[in-house]
Amino acid sequence: MFYRENGQYKTSYRADQQIFPIAQDRWAILLLIAAAFVVVPMVGSDYMFRAIFIPFLIMSLAALGVNILVGYCGQISLGSGAFMAVGAYAAFNFFVRIPGIPLLLALVLGGLCSSAFGILFGLPSLRVKGLYLAVATLAAQFFSDWMFLRIKWFTNDAPSGSVSVSGLQVFGMPVESPISKYLLCLSILVVLALMAKNLVRGAVGREWMAIRDMDVAAAVIGIRPMYAKLSAFAVSSFIVGVAGALWGFVYLGAWEPAAFSVDMSFKMLFMVIIGGMGSIMGSFFGAGFIVLLPIFLNQFLPVLGHALGVDISTAGISHSELIIFGALIVWFLIVEPHGLAKLWSLSKQKLRLWPFPH
Amino acid sequence: MKIRNIVLAGVLAAAGAGAFAQAKEQFFPGLPYRTGPYAPNGVPWANGYADYLKLTNARGGINGVKIVYEECETGYDTARGVECYERLKGKHGGATVFQPLSTGITFALTEKAPGDKIPLITAGYGRSESQDGTIFKWNFPLAGTYWLAADALVQTIGKKEGGMEKLKGKKVTLVYHDSPYGKEPIPLLQERAAQLGFNLQLLPVTAPGVDQKATWLQVRQAKPDYVLLWGWGVMNSTALKEAQATGYPRDKMYGVWWSGAEPDVKDVGEGAKGYNAVTMQHGAEPQSAVVKEILEKVHAKGEGTGPKDEVGQVLYMRGAMSAMLAVEGVRRAQERFGKGKWVSGEQARWGYENLALDQKKLDALGFAGVMRPISTTCADHMGSNWARVHTWDGKKWNFSSDWLQADEQILKPLVKATAAKYAADKKLTPRTPADCQS
Repeated sequence: MFYRENGQYKTSYRADQQIFPIAQDRWAILLLIAAAFVVVPMVGSDYMFRAIFIPFLIMSLAALGVNILVGYCGQISLGSGAFMAVGAYAAFNFFVRIPGIPLLLALVLGGLCSSAFGILFGLPSLRVKGLYLAVATLAAQFFSDWMFLRIKWFTNDAPSGSVSVSGLQVFGMPVESPISKYLLCLSILVVLALMAKNLVRGAVGREWMAIRDMDVAAAVIGIRPMYAKLSAFAVSSFIVGVAGALWGFVYLGAWEPAAFSVDMSFKMLFMVIIGGMGSIMGSFFGAGFIVLLPIFLNQFLPVLGHALGVDISTAGISHSELIIFGALIVWFLIVEPHGLAKLWSLSKQKLRLWPFPH
Repeated sequence: MKIRNIVLAGVLAAAGAGAFAQAKEQFFPGLPYRTGPYAPNGVPWANGYADYLKLTNARGGINGVKIVYEECETGYDTARGVECYERLKGKHGGATVFQPLSTGITFALTEKAPGDKIPLITAGYGRSESQDGTIFKWNFPLAGTYWLAADALVQTIGKKEGGMEKLKGKKVTLVYHDSPYGKEPIPLLQERAAQLGFNLQLLPVTAPGVDQKATWLQVRQAKPDYVLLWGWGVMNSTALKEAQATGYPRDKMYGVWWSGAEPDVKDVGEGAKGYNAVTMQHGAEPQSAVVKEILEKVHAKGEGTGPKDEVGQVLYMRGAMSAMLAVEGVRRAQERFGKGKWVSGEQARWGYENLALDQKKLDALGFAGVMRPISTTCADHMGSNWARVHTWDGKKWNFSSDWLQADEQILKPLVKATAAKYAADKKLTPRTPADCQS
């Protein structure tokens, strides 16, 4: 009834090519962003910021990056954890070795290093495809584990190999309080998400999707596979690298290479698959599912147990959390193999006909 | 006049009630890992920690202040540990002290604790340089660090050779878990190698360490005189099995305390006979008074946290001792800030910095023979630099050395230099003597 584009006439090409052609969508997204910037900082508690929102925003950003590579360009990658690690350690090195470097510049430079690393490890994609490529990108993961554990220069000669940062500030404002950290992550996420959205609906994005759908046909119609694949690797690992730098700088504060282990790569791939491949929105759903659901289950189960009169042990909660989480993944994939984003677009479709479906 | 008095009395009573409401319970959060790859080591520690806190309540609390304990499972995952920390730190009126029990989580929390004014106890693990309390105001590696452990091991093999100078030209191999934890002892061992003239070979093992064939092939080629094992979880039993397979004598192998508990050698059994490990003061102590008291006051009432037969094992004792130090710090803080009153994390920090546990107090707590007296200061957050070595006889751990004291001439400059580098990187200024008094 309310969600309908009736009467919205487009009179120019510009209007027809907007990101959100339907006015309701446009307003909903603008309201959501405004709420995230204004309302959330007013009502959120310390715990909500530091343990829920910040990791959710950073992982959404990372999932967005992986989605460009896996979802839009169809190159399965298990090296995302390595791209995050390169971003984090590169930004760290710029940050401590160049005195007075602005934080944002360090983050961007970290992303660019990750981008270069991504292109290097994306080279096998020119020859191998699918699962074989996944195995080839796994090499990036092992290489980064080795590099940051063994080459002392990267960790600023710390005896134990773990590094930490402090004294973060942006334009002279200290980034210490949970709210300022949240706003920093949110701003970076909004800017990069907008950039990603525009990339995927532009010429480059169409090339990526053509390569994904059938690379031989794409080559026949004049798309250069090398350029398309490597640009996907570059953009994807840039975003993932920035997310990695934020994960280290803002969320953990101090980290070791194990923070970006192969587990992290798998997690990000699951986010993309569960959230929805080839969908910007899906990255957010996937990150929410993988990051927030376990924490929710972990807190909700003891309450539930209490209500039913049983006292569950810590280990019991942890085990049942994993069982329920696993079951939900299987259930969602059976119900909707195209991910949560597909459910979202289906419900929008239904909403347009509501309350008079045919 | 009368009305004023009544109002005053009312206000006072309300204030009193407010203070009373605050004085109820001291909250000790727990960050254990009862699941995941390292659970075999994490579970006994967590059980000992929980049981000792229950025992303290059974003894009547800390001068009457009861303890609340709540766990949040980390699974040894740093991100989860940070979430747990954020979740627990504000609960039940505020957390007293955190014991992260993981090097990764320790590093992350070291950055967060000063802002939240909550002390961190890392009894026997964590960053070795955090012993320097003038820079690490909120970290307390009480009664031992990895550098102390490494130094004690060098002294033990020196004694075995018949004098430290006899170590010259010997070959010592460090087989370590390739992580910040495993790398911690390297600076100290390098320092000792340069001083005493032994050759140090470093062999990293990729986590989790189930495949060590290549490592032990190298050991076989190098034929070192001694092997130091800095393993963790499944890596330990694998290393011992590989040593058995390559025929490396187990009595020339020395482990850190994370490699010297029952879960590490149980599966190897007789094959690990003769294997040694350093202990941060205590070993398996089933005969100690505190264990008997826990069995009697906690387990006999059916309130025990884990299986009864594990009470008194090495890592269980580690948990119990960590809990005891946490509780005694609060008791010490109460001496200054008011006996029988709730203390904040900031006040508890003063207690940990001025711990004075003499033999008499330890005896009263049931820790006679388990550990040595410990007293901390502003400059020294470790408080005691003694260790012992125990040996596995195929069935249980027995002490095989006297008390060993770390060589302060080696340890101190290293701690100072590393802490100073940390302070320089972070642009921190060391605490002034006036700050030490506060």
